[in-house]
Amino acid sequence: MRLRDSESDSRFRKEVRAWLAGAVSDLGPAPADVDDWAARRAYDRRWQSRLQDAGFAGIDWPRAYGGRGATPTEHLIFLEESAAAGAPDLGVFFVSQLHAGPTLIAEGTERQRAFHLPKILAGESVWCQGFSEPGAGSDLAGLRTRAVRDGDEYVITGSKIWTSFAFVADYCELLVRTDPAAPRHRGISWLIMPMDAPGIDVRPLRTIEGESEFAEMYLDEVRVPAENLVGAENDGWRVAMVTFSFERGTAFVRELLDAMSLARGLAAIARRVPRGTATAWDDPGIRRDIGTVAAELDALWALTKRNVSRAEGDGTDGGGPVPVAGGSAFKLSYAEALHHLGEVTMRVLDRYAISLDDLAGAVDLPLGRHLQGQLHAFAISIAAGTSQIQRNILAERVLGLPKER
Amino acid sequence: MRLELDDDQRALQASVRALCAEHFPLERTRTWTDRDSFDRRAWRTLAELGTFVMTRSADEGGAELATVDAGLVYQVLGAELVPGPLVAAALASDLIDEVGTGQLLATVVERPADGQPAVLRHLGLVDVVLVLDAAGIWRVEPADVDARPVTSPLDPTTPVWLATRLPQGERVGDAALAARWRQRGDVLTSALLAGIAVKVIEVAVAYAAQREQFGRVIGGFQAVKHLLADGFARAEVARAAVDAAAVTIDEPGGGPDGTAAARAVAGARVVAARAAVANSKTAIQVHGGMGFTWEATPHLYLKRAWLEENVFTTPDEAAELVARTLTAGEAA
Repeated sequence: MRLRDSESDSRFRKEVRAWLAGAVSDLGPAPADVDDWAARRAYDRRWQSRLQDAGFAGIDWPRAYGGRGATPTEHLIFLEESAAAGAPDLGVFFVSQLHAGPTLIAEGTERQRAFHLPKILAGESVWCQGFSEPGAGSDLAGLRTRAVRDGDEYVITGSKIWTSFAFVADYCELLVRTDPAAPRHRGISWLIMPMDAPGIDVRPLRTIEGESEFAEMYLDEVRVPAENLVGAENDGWRVAMVTFSFERGTAFVRELLDAMSLARGLAAIARRVPRGTATAWDDPGIRRDIGTVAAELDALWALTKRNVSRAEGDGTDGGGPVPVAGGSAFKLSYAEALHHLGEVTMRVLDRYAISLDDLAGAVDLPLGRHLQGQLHAFAISIAAGTSQIQRNILAERVLGLPKER
Repeated sequence: MRLELDDDQRALQASVRALCAEHFPLERTRTWTDRDSFDRRAWRTLAELGTFVMTRSADEGGAELATVDAGLVYQVLGAELVPGPLVAAALASDLIDEVGTGQLLATVVERPADGQPAVLRHLGLVDVVLVLDAAGIWRVEPADVDARPVTSPLDPTTPVWLATRLPQGERVGDAALAARWRQRGDVLTSALLAGIAVKVIEVAVAYAAQREQFGRVIGGFQAVKHLLADGFARAEVARAAVDAAAVTIDEPGGGPDGTAAARAVAGARVVAARAAVANSKTAIQVHGGMGFTWEATPHLYLKRAWLEENVFTTPDEAAELVARTLTAGEAA
């Protein structure tokens, strides 16, 4: 085992670092208003164009589909250097880049790929995820949104929820029930739904973080061409699992690196938060708490490297998905560590834990992102398979214990 | 970067596991509580595999393996609850060849601050005591240590002694070697703990998969499954951290003075100690009433974990070390 870069990885890192330094320097700040979707989209697109011009768009996608064909290790290096340089993350392109693109590469038709992949790579299309429903959260296979075939179209009626980026999305990856008579998992299909189709009503849902990234989406006899089916009709559950396999890979790497930066920031804040006649940092209990949570995050960085090494296999096949054991162990442990970081944050800030913005004036503390992070921990322990679902996955698929039903 | 075991490393672990199954089965080792009961022949068999000299050069009888390989082997030794001064053997073999070959046993102890008692493990068993302090490493004869045995040791398979003071002894290593021993001692101890964290969940899963209540195996209940899944995740995180720490100290800048290595080693210490203790508790809980009995094995893992977590750098000290690396470069 080794942690240092190989010669070629080292060259790649230097190349990425040099490019990022220039590309980030004149990008300008991200839009201040998180609910200004037009501005967010424009900002993220500007960055995506730069990525594409430099050959970093679709970094882990195969070359045949316009990607760079980077190894999992190179992908990790790219994410690490991007975090260090303060480069934007995927932003509004999260679903298009991490879900839709890889799913179309794996399961789409040549026509679907030829149409969508270039738009995704160029940052011209934004996708949203239409999987969860009010009655189908953790029990996703219980989804009820119906798609009825009518000639060469599907007519879709139902409702979706937690539809991130729905306000700016051009397309939706939509799970629908196409055979209500079949067993739950065998009557589902995966469809590409253009968001400008008549009959789509999107309503904002404000999250506990204060943003309106979420939406509810009501579908009233929305017509979608049958050729928008990805995979076979009624084979959508399997396609959805393919989609998830990408999400549970390196989707949280940037998040983790940002959390490690939060832990460093928290240590700096602790030295400024007044406590008695000294500072919070002078309390050994506080130092140990900060050190413990930093150790947890460091350990997750090690697990990330292990997962990436596993995905890389023996290095001959360009890499595969992160195995379930490592992916779910990471997701579960990362959620726990983030909640722990949140608890330590509250203890450090103590009576100054009062604002989701930075404090200025009498008490000058850059605490905004720290308290936001404390709330964001719930996104990690609930989204993309709750911690309870991750525990079921580990217990049943890895430890071999009996299935729930 | 590559942080996954290769086929050679898996084979190395398998051969150590097989040797342990033959020579250190738990039903026997749990009675090796003193000099008379401790099986020195089994110990020598373990030594002859090269267990204690893996990282030494071929000239010195070693296998020229990396610290991470030693860590992988020590994860197996932890998992199999092998008794005896394992970490001390790997350190002391730097100075005393007969410790590496298993002919002599050694214990390593940090010299406490003036007036504080020293805790010596395996004192009645060993042929040499090596004392670490700021000035270096000091050799002391066991007979010269004024110590009394702890009559009811927390870990029944690790006898311990309390000494009111340690003789100065003969200086056999410099301060730099002492610092490297502390670092390797931390990594190998963390490896033992990570091994416990992994194994004890395997033991509990096997029990949960066959123990029936309410007409079904208890491993089918979410309340039990989730305990075990948490344990599995903790163990995965811990062994990744331990392997990464071991790799870090072998790479350039990985000496005891390097910040990255200090942080990785201390962080692994924190995570591995917690995983071993938490997972052992999980295993006792999953075993229910059986887990509360002396005859069942889970309590042995917990007690070993409790003992090992406080050898070399304690989790509290390690957490503090990690915290200090976060603000390195800023004024104290």
